[in-house]
Amino acid sequence: MQISEVVRGRFRNIRRGALGDTLFQWLTSLVAIGVVALLGVIAVVLLIAASASIQTFGPSFLTGMTWDSVADVYGAVPFVSGTLVTSALALLIGVPISLGVAIFLSELAPAKVRVPLTYVVELLAAVPSVVYGLWGIFVLAPAMANVIEPGLQGVLGFLPIFQGTPRGADKFAAGVILAIMIIPTISAVSREALRAVPQSQREAALSLGATRWESTRLAVLRYARAGIFGAIVLGLGRAVGETMAVTMMIGNSNGISLSLLDPGQTIASLIANNFGEGGPVSLQKSALIELGLVLMLMSLVINVFARLMVSRVLRRGEGGAE
Amino acid sequence: MIGGLRRALPPFRFDRQGRRLWKDLAMSVAALLCVVIALVPLGSILVEAGARGLAAIRPSLFLLDTRDGGIGNAIQGTLILVALASGIALPVGILTGIYLSEFGKGRVGDAVRFFVDIMTQIPSIVVGIFAYSVILSLSFAGLVSPRLAFSTITGVIALSTIMIPFVARTSEEALRLVPVSTREAALALGIPRHRAILRVVLPSGGSGLLTGALLGVARVAGETAPLLVTAFGSLYGFAGLNQPVESLPHTIYTFALSPSSAENQAAWGASLILVLMMLLISISSRVIVHLRSVRE
Repeated sequence: MQISEVVRGRFRNIRRGALGDTLFQWLTSLVAIGVVALLGVIAVVLLIAASASIQTFGPSFLTGMTWDSVADVYGAVPFVSGTLVTSALALLIGVPISLGVAIFLSELAPAKVRVPLTYVVELLAAVPSVVYGLWGIFVLAPAMANVIEPGLQGVLGFLPIFQGTPRGADKFAAGVILAIMIIPTISAVSREALRAVPQSQREAALSLGATRWESTRLAVLRYARAGIFGAIVLGLGRAVGETMAVTMMIGNSNGISLSLLDPGQTIASLIANNFGEGGPVSLQKSALIELGLVLMLMSLVINVFARLMVSRVLRRGEGGAE
Repeated sequence: MIGGLRRALPPFRFDRQGRRLWKDLAMSVAALLCVVIALVPLGSILVEAGARGLAAIRPSLFLLDTRDGGIGNAIQGTLILVALASGIALPVGILTGIYLSEFGKGRVGDAVRFFVDIMTQIPSIVVGIFAYSVILSLSFAGLVSPRLAFSTITGVIALSTIMIPFVARTSEEALRLVPVSTREAALALGIPRHRAILRVVLPSGGSGLLTGALLGVARVAGETAPLLVTAFGSLYGFAGLNQPVESLPHTIYTFALSPSSAENQAAWGASLILVLMMLLISISSRVIVHLRSVRE
């Protein structure tokens, strides 16, 4: 009698535990799947809110050259091109510096400075975008207008992309501030890729009489090249979506022009500048939301690609050679 | 460093061997130069925000609202926005982190991890537009007023949507650091798995969870773009969840573009506060991690 009660009690405890386990696993799984479903919800909600613009303009939205709130005609080309030009410029300036930083931190720096230096570079990523923008307006822009841009014009002024009056708030300045902001991303991920290279690679090159640079170039950089490429694409993803600093540095003009020294507009900066205008239910608002959808798709494609590159490399790094 | 450089300095020969050694030196110097170039903006931002910001910090800066050139209502708004967003995002994010670290094995787990990763990379302004569009879509169905689109509520939706995937990933990483032997020890005592997770694994990963939460807070506290299209900003103090609200980053933005030099200076003051908060969180999360590793 007593024994069977004890046994029953035990069983009840165990069953209660099993039920709790099941419930807990269900709870966490549901939440996690809900978070992933949020991505789909974001896409659907944006589609609904952009439907007025999608119905009015159709595919011609993506080829439209003008953004005219008076005539209520909207096209995406100036802003997609502005986004691509500033991001490309940011990569052009930022990638070599980031690779230098990654090589220094992974291959050259003595152990004593490596850890604090890595930390300081990561701090760069923690500075809010709007603070970069403030610094850009009051510190970088005067330097651009008075020193850097005239200097560039002196050397490369014959090129059509360097025509015009340097004013410090233009596509070039936006590219520079973007470069500064993506350096921590690219250098941190590349440094991880470099550190995933087996030590034996370096030792093999050095034992053949290679200098440290030759070993880095032939054995390390080549081995990690897919990871570095992934890091660059991740940096591109960050540059494409960056808003505040660009909005404050790009000069905000809706036209298309060849010169980097002219003001321009990216998708993100156009949204930041114009979203407060007009009523909540207007064609312009709908067109801005459609642009947001375009930006989201661009960033999704870039980031999915980058993730696949990086995860492939890091997995290989763990699992040994190819 | 100097001694190392002198030892590394190659002989002044320019035959094949000499050229290789000089090139090696040149590339090392170039890499060092890249580090210097990368750190110049950070140094400049810290110096400028320190110098110009300190000049702006006086009691009136905190006591006045943005209407009168102060940041009192902005600090209030940021505290409200971040507190509400954390209230939503921390539980959801940590539960997702628990799923990823404790149950998320196999294909489903990998897929969830992949998409959560992707979500951390969605441009924050797109998330802001999403929050705005949620209200807009609901208003199409006649459920809410479209005016609600610019409000504290949409600001909180935007910030928590940014924070959730971030906290999920940091929590997963924190919980993965808890040794398997700890889990096995708990299970060997016969306690159910969910209690083992809640009572043993979570406390062991506590410092990591705290670090992730702090970094998540720091991240959304500095967000401007999503708030520009949701909470929007206000010249006055908090007036209800269905009204627009000011925030610190938004004040920096409007004051930076203002023609008034007093407001420009207040923007630097606000930036100094934001940067100091960011530094404090970053350093304290380092200290937490360090203490943990010392203790073990």
